[in-house]
Amino acid sequence: MPIWLFILASAIKSALLLFVLLTAVAYTVWLERKVVGRMQNRWGPTRVGPFGLLQPAADGIKFLFKEDLTPPHVYKPLYIAAPLIAVIFALTSISVIPFGNAITIGGYSIPFQVTDVNTGLLLILGVTSVGVYGVALAGWSSNNKYSLLGGLRASAQMVSYEISLGLSLVGVLIMAGSFSLRDIVNSQGGHFWGIIPRWNIFSGQIIGFFCYLTAAYAETNRIPFDLPEAETELVAGYHTEYSAMKFAMFFMAEYANMVTVACLATLLFFGGWHGPRFGPDIVRAILPVFWFVAKVFVFLFVYIWVRGTLPRFRYDQLMAFGWKFLLPVALANVIATAIAVAW
Amino acid sequence: MSIHLILFLAFGAVCVAGAINLLAQTHPINSALSLIAVMAALAGEYLLLGAEFVAAVQVIVYAGAIMVLFVFTIMLLNAGEEERTKGSRVATLFGVPGILIASVLVGWMVLRHSGTEAVAAGALPGDPRTIGQLLFHDFLLPFEITSVLILIAIMGSVVLASKPPTTPRSVSVRKVD
Repeated sequence: MPIWLFILASAIKSALLLFVLLTAVAYTVWLERKVVGRMQNRWGPTRVGPFGLLQPAADGIKFLFKEDLTPPHVYKPLYIAAPLIAVIFALTSISVIPFGNAITIGGYSIPFQVTDVNTGLLLILGVTSVGVYGVALAGWSSNNKYSLLGGLRASAQMVSYEISLGLSLVGVLIMAGSFSLRDIVNSQGGHFWGIIPRWNIFSGQIIGFFCYLTAAYAETNRIPFDLPEAETELVAGYHTEYSAMKFAMFFMAEYANMVTVACLATLLFFGGWHGPRFGPDIVRAILPVFWFVAKVFVFLFVYIWVRGTLPRFRYDQLMAFGWKFLLPVALANVIATAIAVAW
Repeated sequence: MSIHLILFLAFGAVCVAGAINLLAQTHPINSALSLIAVMAALAGEYLLLGAEFVAAVQVIVYAGAIMVLFVFTIMLLNAGEEERTKGSRVATLFGVPGILIASVLVGWMVLRHSGTEAVAAGALPGDPRTIGQLLFHDFLLPFEITSVLILIAIMGSVVLASKPPTTPRSVSVRKVD
C-alpha cells in the first residue's frame, strides 16, 4: 500500500470512528437518563423529539452557547489544559480497538480499526494511566477546596485500582499469548462441545472478568466508586469550577472511557465479534460488527444498571477493598491461570 | 530525510526542551509536568528503536504511576512557588567545573564512536516475548535480587512512616461506665 493511500485511509477511519464514538457517547448519556429514570419510576427526557431522542443535540447546543466562565482565582494554563487532557486521552484509547475482521477493498486489506498495534492492550493501559492527569490537574488548578479534595481522591483511587486492573488482564494475556487485541479475539473462536463458545469468560477467566469490571468501574469514577465527584460532600468534586464546554469535555471523557471499558470487556472476555453467522453473504459480513456492538451495549447497560442500584462506598472502604481484597484476588487469578496453562 | 529521522529529532527536541523547562520553572507542578513530557518523548524514542514493550512500560510506570504520585504529593502539600536565591557556593565551586568535565567526556565519547554505524530504526528485538525470555530466563537471578531490594526499600519506608506508639496500650485512658 503506498504511503499516501495509507495516510488517507487512516484519516478517513479516524474521522469516522470519532464521529461514531461521539454519537455513541451522546446516546449513552440519553440511555442513562432514560434507564435511570425508569428505575426511579419517572420518564427521563421526553420533550425534545420522539422519546426525547433529540435531547443530546439540545444539550450540545446548550453547552456551546453557555457563558464560559473562568473564575479569577484559578491557575489558568492548567485550568484550561485539564479538560483537554481528559478528553484527548479518552478519545485516543479507542483507536486500537478492533471492531471486526479485516475487509478487502480494491485489493487492499483494511482492518476494522484505526491502527493494528501488536502491543494494543499496553497502549490502552498507558493512555488511561496518563488520563488521570486531566482529573488531578483540574482539581488542583481550580484553587478550590472541594475541587482539590476531588482531584486528590481521583488520583489516589485511580493509581490504586490500576494495579488490580492490570493484573486482572494478565490471565487473558497468558491464555492468548499476545498483547494484540486482534490475536486475543481470534484465540477465542470455536466452541466447547459444539455449543458453548470458547470465550475467555467460559474458559476459566470468570474471576479475572469480575476483577476487571470492578477495577474498571473505579478507573472511570462511576458509582459505586464516584468518590472524586461525590455531590453530597464535595459539591461536584474536581469539576466544581468548570462550566459550559469545559464541563462538557469532562462529561464526554467519562462516557468515552465507559465505552472503551465496555469494548475491552467484550474483546478480552466475551469473544469480541465472534457469534453465530448465518444468512446471505451481506448479512454474514455485517453480523460480526453487530455482535460486537450488541455486547458493548450490554456492558453499557450494566454500567447504568449498577448506577441505578448501588450506593457509594465510604473512602476507607474503597481503599480497603482495592488493596486488601481485589489485589490479592487478581494475583491469585494470575497464579492459578499460569499453573493451569503450564500444565 | 527519512520519516524516522524527522521523528527522532522531534522527540529529541521535546525531550531537551522539557528538561530545560523542568529546571527553569519555579512552580513545582510545572516542573513535574515538564518531567512527564520528557518521559513521554523518551517513550517515543524507544518506540522508534523497535522497543515497543519498553516504550509502553515507560509510559505506564513512569508517566502514569510515578509522576502521578509526584503530582499527588505536590497537590497534597500544596507546595507553592520556589524562592530564588543567589545559589550556594558549593554549586558554583563544584557544579560548573563538573558540568564542563561531563560535557567534554560526552563529546569525546561521541567523537570516538563517530565511525561506527548507528542502530537502524526498529532494529532492536523489543517484543514482549524476547523481554520475558531475558528477564525470567537469562537474567533471572539479578531480576529477583532487584525485586528483593525494592521489597527492602518498601519495608524501610513503612518503618519510617509508622509512628511509634506514644503511650503504652495498657495505660491508655478508657472511660468507665
